[in-house]
Amino acid sequence: MISQFFILSSKGDPLIYKDFRGDSGGRDVAELFYRKLTGLPGDESPVVMHHDDRHFIHIRHSGLYLVATTSENVSPFSLLELLSRLATLLGDYCGSLNEETISRNVALVYELLDEVLDYGYVQTTSTEILRNFIQTEAVVSKPFSLFDLSSVGLFGAETQQNKVAPSSAASRPVLSSRSDQTQKNEVFLDVVERLSVLIASNGSLLKVDVQGEIRLKSFLPSGSEMRIGLTEEFCVGKSELRGYGPGIRVDEVSFHSSVNLDEFESHRILRLQPPQGELTVMRYQLSDDLSSPLPFRLFPSVQWDRGSGRLQIYLKLRCDLPPKSQALNIRLHLPLPRGVVSLSQELSSPDQKAELGEGALHWDLPRVQGGSQLSGLFQMDVPGLQGPPNHGPSASAAPLGLGPASLSFELPRHTCSGLQVRFLRVSFSPSGNANPHKWVRHLSHSDAYVIRI
Amino acid sequence: MPYLGSEDAVKELKKALCNPHIQADRLRYRNVIQRVIRMSKLDQWGQAEVLNFLLRYQPRSEEELFDILNLLDSYLKSSSTGVVMGATKLFLILAKKFPHVQIDVLVRIKGPLLAACSSDSRELSFAALCQVRQILHSLPGHFSNHYKKFFCSYSEPHYIKLQKVEVLCELVNDENVQQVLEELRGYCTDVSADFAQAAIFAIGSIAKTYTDQCVQILTELLGLRQEHITTVVVQTFRDLVWLCPQCTEAVCQALPGCEENIQDSEGKQALIWLLGVHGEKIPNAPYVLEDFVENVKSETFPAVKMELLTALMRLFLSRPAECQDMLGRLLYYCIEEEKDMAVRDRGLFYYRLLLVGIDEVKQILCSPKSDPSLRLLEDQAERPVNSWALDFNTLAPVYGKAHWAVISKCQKAERHDSELPTNASFAISGHLVPEENKKVQEPPESEALMLVPNLQLSAEYFEKTWLSLKVAHQQVFPWQGEVQPDTLQMALKVVNIQTIAMSRPGAQPWKAYLSAQDDTGCQFLTELLLEPENSEMQISVKQSEARTETLPGFISVLETVIGTIGDIKS
Repeated sequence: MISQFFILSSKGDPLIYKDFRGDSGGRDVAELFYRKLTGLPGDESPVVMHHDDRHFIHIRHSGLYLVATTSENVSPFSLLELLSRLATLLGDYCGSLNEETISRNVALVYELLDEVLDYGYVQTTSTEILRNFIQTEAVVSKPFSLFDLSSVGLFGAETQQNKVAPSSAASRPVLSSRSDQTQKNEVFLDVVERLSVLIASNGSLLKVDVQGEIRLKSFLPSGSEMRIGLTEEFCVGKSELRGYGPGIRVDEVSFHSSVNLDEFESHRILRLQPPQGELTVMRYQLSDDLSSPLPFRLFPSVQWDRGSGRLQIYLKLRCDLPPKSQALNIRLHLPLPRGVVSLSQELSSPDQKAELGEGALHWDLPRVQGGSQLSGLFQMDVPGLQGPPNHGPSASAAPLGLGPASLSFELPRHTCSGLQVRFLRVSFSPSGNANPHKWVRHLSHSDAYVIRI
Repeated sequence: MPYLGSEDAVKELKKALCNPHIQADRLRYRNVIQRVIRMSKLDQWGQAEVLNFLLRYQPRSEEELFDILNLLDSYLKSSSTGVVMGATKLFLILAKKFPHVQIDVLVRIKGPLLAACSSDSRELSFAALCQVRQILHSLPGHFSNHYKKFFCSYSEPHYIKLQKVEVLCELVNDENVQQVLEELRGYCTDVSADFAQAAIFAIGSIAKTYTDQCVQILTELLGLRQEHITTVVVQTFRDLVWLCPQCTEAVCQALPGCEENIQDSEGKQALIWLLGVHGEKIPNAPYVLEDFVENVKSETFPAVKMELLTALMRLFLSRPAECQDMLGRLLYYCIEEEKDMAVRDRGLFYYRLLLVGIDEVKQILCSPKSDPSLRLLEDQAERPVNSWALDFNTLAPVYGKAHWAVISKCQKAERHDSELPTNASFAISGHLVPEENKKVQEPPESEALMLVPNLQLSAEYFEKTWLSLKVAHQQVFPWQGEVQPDTLQMALKVVNIQTIAMSRPGAQPWKAYLSAQDDTGCQFLTELLLEPENSEMQISVKQSEARTETLPGFISVLETVIGTIGDIKS
């Protein structure tokens, strides 16, 4: 139960302010919050702050601060979930959530807040029920058209508009206009996995963690029923066995409350009647037991000369994906010791790039094919380089400040756990149009892929 | 009331929970359970609210209790973290007499809680980590198998890393201590000095149980010769040696050489203390201290100088030949040339002590070198779940114990004020916070009430007027203990209320007579009465002219003053 809600831009300018109960302060509370946030000592958490009998709780979403104040001792989990849900809802209505869209749709945002929260209590956050009350239309920057093929290649029939949608397709407002019925038959289903890996300096795997979500963004009229079929050999927990092979295993699964699980046990089919907008259908986790090999292995070798401060780092990156897959937008971030003076590099292929920035080396590789190996040799001068004392002939012990390498990358059309969506069928649609466009996408990306040197 | 899905449910709930005799009404209980708890039609916010309301319910029998728990069981598996936490709290509170049920629930929510700790929302993950720490107070082995989930990742914000390190400290056990220490050792060389220091302190706290391995790691860290690392390691050693005397040997061997790398006050003090107390085991102790003595003139921290004096005295007792000369020089400097009085006093004290005799010196300075029993005190025994069950799923664990204690004290003081009988406007007394404001605050400007300063009414005039008027207003004020007349008199003077007479402190009954006059000439005569054995002060006000509009203003000024004085004392 909240007293006030406001949205600040990343620089602290108030974009939206709403007071629900009138019992604590006025508009200046937004500046107070920002000042307190920026003045907080390093080891205190900014998530929940206290000032003058008020608690401030906030989340950051796309650079914006969404803040709620309350004077009661509420559950932090509920409040944080409410803020996340508000962020999603505003994104649904305005297309995407950032400073521009909010400033263009201020009236819509206030109307939404009016309907969602009454005197600080949550009434409903369901897009279905809210649809009946919201009158304002969203203002978008340019009207969306599926015929906008400027970002799509033209080779072969496969790449025509049937198979590929521009990446901005999913970011138009869900509930744009009541009268516009023509664009209303699309469904986007994303299987997104986040991979966290920690590899020790001797190459052994310390930790691997996969967090996956199946997200649905539906533009269909509500009341449509759909069925999502997952891989049949998909097992939950350590002791379950299905099919004849090692199967695809996850540790834990949780579903959205509206998903019907009658056919899940037998055929791994989920049935649901999704409302319009975004919905997380299923969440799952997997640790420590990845069936496929890790996508990247790094073999670093470091040589440095204490006397002259010359540091030479040879990095070999091997991609262990299947040969047909590829990884995109790979960036290797390697913190360097302080005082690096110059950098010279030799890279194994021309489209790579390496540069020094903020005390770290950034090595960018736009695309890596599965099974390939890439290497880079970097030489730099670091006067005053320090490191662990020489215990014997370990000249390759890493100097101080040569931090763990972190990789960030995207793996399109690949899931680390192996889970795939077999089919997505709309079995019933109230508008009678039972053949909407269905876009299914599998994607993995790195959350924190750390390799220690 | 939130939209709970049906009017009936809301009505029943309201009736049930407002009725103090709900326990006696079987029918009502059935209605509560059947209508309200069938919450599947509610959305996650409604469910969380209802779970919160149900906290007030007290089941009468075990049967009822398990009935409710069975019905609510499925909410522990909800996809919304808020609902799961709310259901858990309800279980913990309802089952307070059944600890095994409580533990069972905590085992079942391990999964959702760990998922929340690795959530991609940083804020949710932070709240979950704080909750995990709270659970670990009672069940330290609860998450030991999942220690890997609490390894810090490079890109996480600082506050999350700190929480994770704390959790790692608390879930250490024989099986995972090796890996956890490896991981923490990796953090000690982190680029961020704050985080590295936090990791070292964490190793220090694990060292209380696994002393040998930790001391080895700390010794290796000393070898890196990094300033921010060395100072914290030495401080950790100092604390460790006090609690675990068995590691003194190893520590003494590790110390030589690190004095070159310490520049800050805390580190120097720790090193000097160690050299003083355990100097006989460290061969070059006198020479290190000699270095400090040579540079004492340029030493900026008085705390370091004080520590140096004590340490040198101690070392002198065990190695007199080497220390005599520099002790003399140090004492000379401290007594003759030192500007900081505390240091000079200590120097003088030691000098005089030495003059008295060496036995007395030994008596005073040879304190015990360690106190292992303190470790047992510090080791928090497993606290029962019921001690923190009420704080589960609230903001208390997110703030941390210390910060929350400060906040709730402030809030209690403000609420105490707002409970006072409100006759006049009380917006002003909301600002009274006793810890911060020991002096009386300026009286706010009440409308149209300006009290004339420096009023001089004679006692006879007061008595005559008092007896002739009727009481215009009477009020009681909660009060505790004795009255300090001087404080009260001064406080009243600030607001231009003159004290005609006041009883001595401790007189029973205690009385005071006050007078004030506003700018229109209307006089307010007041009697304060504190009966013996009474926790209330009675105020009677008489007005020389019947002006009801100015009376509330005067009352509020008076109450502000008395309220402030009362709070300062209590």
